[in-house]
Amino acid sequence: MDTDLNSQDRKDLDKFIKFFALKTVQVIVQARLGEKICTRSSSSPTGSDWFNLAIKDIPEVTHEAKKALAGQLPAVGRSMCVEISLKTSEGDSMELEIWCLEMNEKCDKEIKVSYTVYNRLSLLLKSLLAITRVTPAYRLSRKQGHEYVILYRIYFGEVQLSGLGEGFQTVRVGTVGTPLGTITLSCAYRINLAFISTRQFERTPPIMGIIIDHFVDRPYPSSSPMHPCNYRTAGEDNGAAYPSVEDSQEVCTTSFSTSPPSQLSSSRLSYQPAALGVGSADMGYPVIFAGGLNAAHPHQLIVPGKEGGVPPVPSQPAHGTQADHERMVMCTPLDGALYSAATPSSSEDTETVSNSSGGKSGSPHDLLETIFVRKVGAFVNKPINQVTMASLDIPFAMFAPKNVELEDNDPMVNPPDSPDVESPLQGSLHSEGSSGSSSGNTHDDFVMVDFKPAFSKDDILPMDLGTFYREFQNPPQLSSLSIDIGAQSMAEDLDSLPEKLAVHEKNVREFDAFVETLQ
Amino acid sequence: MNCRAEVLEVSVEGRQIEEAMLAVLHTILLHRSTGKFHYKKEGTYSIGTVGTQDIDCDFIDFTYARVSSEELDRALRKAVGEFKDALRCSGSDGIGQISLEFYQKKKSRWPFSDECIPWEVWTIKVNVVNLANEQERQICREKVGEKLCEKIINIVEVMNRHEYLPKMPTQSEVDNVFDTGLKDVQPYLYKISYQITDSLGSSVTTTMRRLIKDTLAL
Repeated sequence: MDTDLNSQDRKDLDKFIKFFALKTVQVIVQARLGEKICTRSSSSPTGSDWFNLAIKDIPEVTHEAKKALAGQLPAVGRSMCVEISLKTSEGDSMELEIWCLEMNEKCDKEIKVSYTVYNRLSLLLKSLLAITRVTPAYRLSRKQGHEYVILYRIYFGEVQLSGLGEGFQTVRVGTVGTPLGTITLSCAYRINLAFISTRQFERTPPIMGIIIDHFVDRPYPSSSPMHPCNYRTAGEDNGAAYPSVEDSQEVCTTSFSTSPPSQLSSSRLSYQPAALGVGSADMGYPVIFAGGLNAAHPHQLIVPGKEGGVPPVPSQPAHGTQADHERMVMCTPLDGALYSAATPSSSEDTETVSNSSGGKSGSPHDLLETIFVRKVGAFVNKPINQVTMASLDIPFAMFAPKNVELEDNDPMVNPPDSPDVESPLQGSLHSEGSSGSSSGNTHDDFVMVDFKPAFSKDDILPMDLGTFYREFQNPPQLSSLSIDIGAQSMAEDLDSLPEKLAVHEKNVREFDAFVETLQ
Repeated sequence: MNCRAEVLEVSVEGRQIEEAMLAVLHTILLHRSTGKFHYKKEGTYSIGTVGTQDIDCDFIDFTYARVSSEELDRALRKAVGEFKDALRCSGSDGIGQISLEFYQKKKSRWPFSDECIPWEVWTIKVNVVNLANEQERQICREKVGEKLCEKIINIVEVMNRHEYLPKMPTQSEVDNVFDTGLKDVQPYLYKISYQITDSLGSSVTTTMRRLIKDTLAL
């Protein structure tokens, strides 16, 4: 009975349960963002880390959770549920998981609230961290991109499992007994995922110019809107969003250039989500950029075509006026790659496009190789523009560097005899884990973001390999390649040819003997 | 007090040994680590914060969450590396097991040394398989990933039974319960040991014993 619990304990318990519910939602949604989560341990208690665990608070998610709870706490018959679903670019959606935080009547009167309950809730959150990586939806969420996205919805009340299809499975994360009842955290997940295997998605032809702007009307008593798990709006908590974003930057990412923040953000947003989903989401920004989020959002979708190439997508109406977090906007232009917010530095886009893993890396790779071959083969100061124009029929042509200064500043330039070496290297530089790596140029058009070279360890500490790459990415031009010297030496070579021929003719017998030994 | 013993079994390919062991051990230690204790006056203490990070496996379709502590990771990697080397040297059909034991120290009076009393032992039995071609390896990647998911669920189930845990110690006793040597987190005192069984099914130690006995018998 409540009289057994003194008022201080009761207050504490209510607070614990409330914050536990909020943290549970954070852990679940963050685990479905499609990126790896990384937070730092701290030996000195900060006082703000509930349950002694470093779990970031995404403000929009907290806001949604508080809205769903509406001042109540999970109790018997009133569960807090987080529904995770998948939505394809064609508009089909499917529930994947329902995470339930329930309370039953079985009380544990003897337990100490401020100590044992708190520690057990902490343990339960750790278990949640482990289990969220283990259900089938995790791998799906890591591969979300322009073919499908993962959405979340929080509701309070009765658990509804009907959307999970037949034969769904349940995993219990854990229970904690309290004097008011036993808290149970569990997950019911769909197992019938066969028809939406990711392989099928890769085979699906790309969608052309479709924008999906959804308000999901659910036939649920507490119909709450769906929210993309990879989506952060500049909502009411815009100001609050950034500090936590900066925190994650400090903890998780390796290096950033000193570009102004806006450029940095949009360059991250232009990153094609790789299978690993690393990168832009470190900043908490959507892997798929929602264009025209709201009028106040600084990062509008800039269609590349506006820069002079072929516009791949129709211009999007600004949905900014409806700033509630109800949208998921995807933009897939004709050639199937995702062009998100592009900065004026289109050369960077070449690289970000070439970031895409999986089947997409073919064409940008070819483009890069094409550019290299042309430049190398020409051996002249051919303006890049010409090259670009000539290759406009190649996909991603509009992302070919237009404004980049030639060879001297372009780190992509190779010694002429090894163009092949550079391109695979470039490909590998942009391989798994690389998130929008740039040329590393000090040129203003290039913005370096989070360069993670291949085969380097992915950890918090600065990487020597990355530093090495960065330092040596701009080798000076080989003197033998410069045109003037080349031209001169050519003339000299021609002049010295008769002498050389005479010398060789004298040694004809030696050469013949040598040839005979080879036979 | 009875020591709680849990056994997990996995079958992996040689190159998956390290990642599979690290995934399991880190998951266990995630649950068995707290933040650093800071004792204050009047017997109270505050606890530091434990961060977590996700680790993708290279040879298994699997991701696990571990404590953000480089020291802890290094210690586990060292132990797992030794286990892996021993396992791979033992023969093509190596079977081995690695044990993670949580213990408490009990101070004894001189001249007796401190007692180590285990209160929870996790044993992971590993069976190394050899695969013939790339297709089998690909299937193995996925299968081992699924198996590890099951193991994580098993571990979490045990952890949430809320069975015996050492009492929170006073400041003078904290080193008998926790490993306070790490700078950012504080796991319970633990030790890792392993045992390799050769393909005949007997452990290496018994084989050695038999060899010595046979030699002496001559």
